Amino acid sequence: MTQHPATPAGPGAPLISVRGLGHAYGPRQIFQDLDFSVEKGEFVCIVGPSGVGKTTLLGCLTGLQRPTDGTVHFDGELVKGTPQGLAIVFQDYSRSLMPWLSVRDNVALPLRSAGVGKKERIVRSAEALAEVGLADFLDSYPWQLSGGMQQRVAIARALAFNPKAIVMDEPFASVDAQTRADLEDLVLKVRDELGIAVMLVTHDIDEAVYLADTVLVLSGKPATVKALIPVDLPTPRDQLGTKAEPRFAELRSEIYTYIKKPAVATA
Amino acid sequence: MRILQRIAWEIWLPLVLVAAWWIVSANSTDTYFPSLHAILDRSRELWFWEGTREDVLPSLRRLAIGYLIACVVGVLAGLVLGSVHWLSNASRPYIEFLRSTPGIALMPLVSLVFGLGDSFKIVTIALVCCWPVLLNTIDGVHGVEPQLSDVARSYRMTTADRVRFILLPSAAPQIFAGARTALAIGVIAMTATEMIGIGGGLGFFTLNASTSFDYTGLWSGIIALGVVGYILNKLFALVERRLIAWHYGLMAHSQGGN
Repeated sequence: MTQHPATPAGPGAPLISVRGLGHAYGPRQIFQDLDFSVEKGEFVCIVGPSGVGKTTLLGCLTGLQRPTDGTVHFDGELVKGTPQGLAIVFQDYSRSLMPWLSVRDNVALPLRSAGVGKKERIVRSAEALAEVGLADFLDSYPWQLSGGMQQRVAIARALAFNPKAIVMDEPFASVDAQTRADLEDLVLKVRDELGIAVMLVTHDIDEAVYLADTVLVLSGKPATVKALIPVDLPTPRDQLGTKAEPRFAELRSEIYTYIKKPAVATA
Repeated sequence: MRILQRIAWEIWLPLVLVAAWWIVSANSTDTYFPSLHAILDRSRELWFWEGTREDVLPSLRRLAIGYLIACVVGVLAGLVLGSVHWLSNASRPYIEFLRSTPGIALMPLVSLVFGLGDSFKIVTIALVCCWPVLLNTIDGVHGVEPQLSDVARSYRMTTADRVRFILLPSAAPQIFAGARTALAIGVIAMTATEMIGIGGGLGFFTLNASTSFDYTGLWSGIIALGVVGYILNKLFALVERRLIAWHYGLMAHSQGGN
């Protein structure tokens, strides 16, 4: 990730590039002057205090919301609606899955609209569910599964789409600690195997450092990019080893300082 | 065994009441309240099978056509009104007014236009049945989880797929609740239209028996109407359980803790 990206098109160009992005609800400016980019296959975590506008930012990145200033380019194209090649995993699995569809149909449904034939839908949804370790639950209903498993279904739904990037809005906020660790490792595994870029919003600094290649700190009122911190921890990450590294603690306190620091003009 | 037990629980009280009726009315000499024995004899004679062919089936046919029209119109209009907010706001007062107007009050007007034959009956049934379906469909569509709309939008789902796989199933439990109320009202409308219309049917039979001093016939008609209503309701519940099995599963699941 770099601040002030080069031209968004062409080979070697970033996958997502954000320029001068700002959003206001009426007179209330939520964030402004955001400039950053996400490379292909990069894992970026966005952290910031609650109410800083992380979800609004994701809305703008995914085209669900129209920003009041600036532009987002995805794969060289200006984002208006959600671009092909971008899939979203929502925060609350219990509300983002359809209780009337089986696990397999939940995953296959978006493919249907995308014009994928029935046979391929069946194959691709089964593959995606195998990837997240749910090969044995194709015919269950989501509400028959645990919370962590339901979020896996939501992740599989995103993967079945063969996206270049997945955007996740606090995806592990409503599961217990052990499940959370499992899901974190699952997302890392998926990223490594499929080379998908991930943008993940979290308010948990530990989680951000553990997962990310780069942590983007969003803070202030209106919010701006306070820091872009490359995470130079060895890969693959490991729940025990990585979190015991002295560097892990350093990065964590560095990020914490940025979040707490009162707004100072950096321009 | 389980099933037998359930049936036993459901019918023991009706059985007791029928037995009581039987015993109390056994030696009745009152012309208006004949003995149950006489009524049942008459019912057997009437409904197996000539009366069923001549009165019950035509009644059911009218009810079925009127009811189906009401369901289709109610659901389609409900989907549109539920999805388009300004339209739903604009039409709310009219809908509230129309559905508060007793459907039976429309019968004279409808008969002016359609006469007293089958179309009058079918139109009246459709008119009174469509309101609960329409209102419940609108509410059901309004109640669709907003997050699912975001999911649909972000995965670029087509409108047809959204309606078929998100809107309709999500609203289905409420649509069914409305359709069930509509069915009960439909039986009432069927009976009432047949009482003032021409061309037979259970309602006509019952009223006609009363005016021609055939009181066992009158009671047989009332009982037949009750049985028809009961069976229709049971059939409806059966269909509902099948079509929205997921809903009952989900309810049972969330009540069971977890």
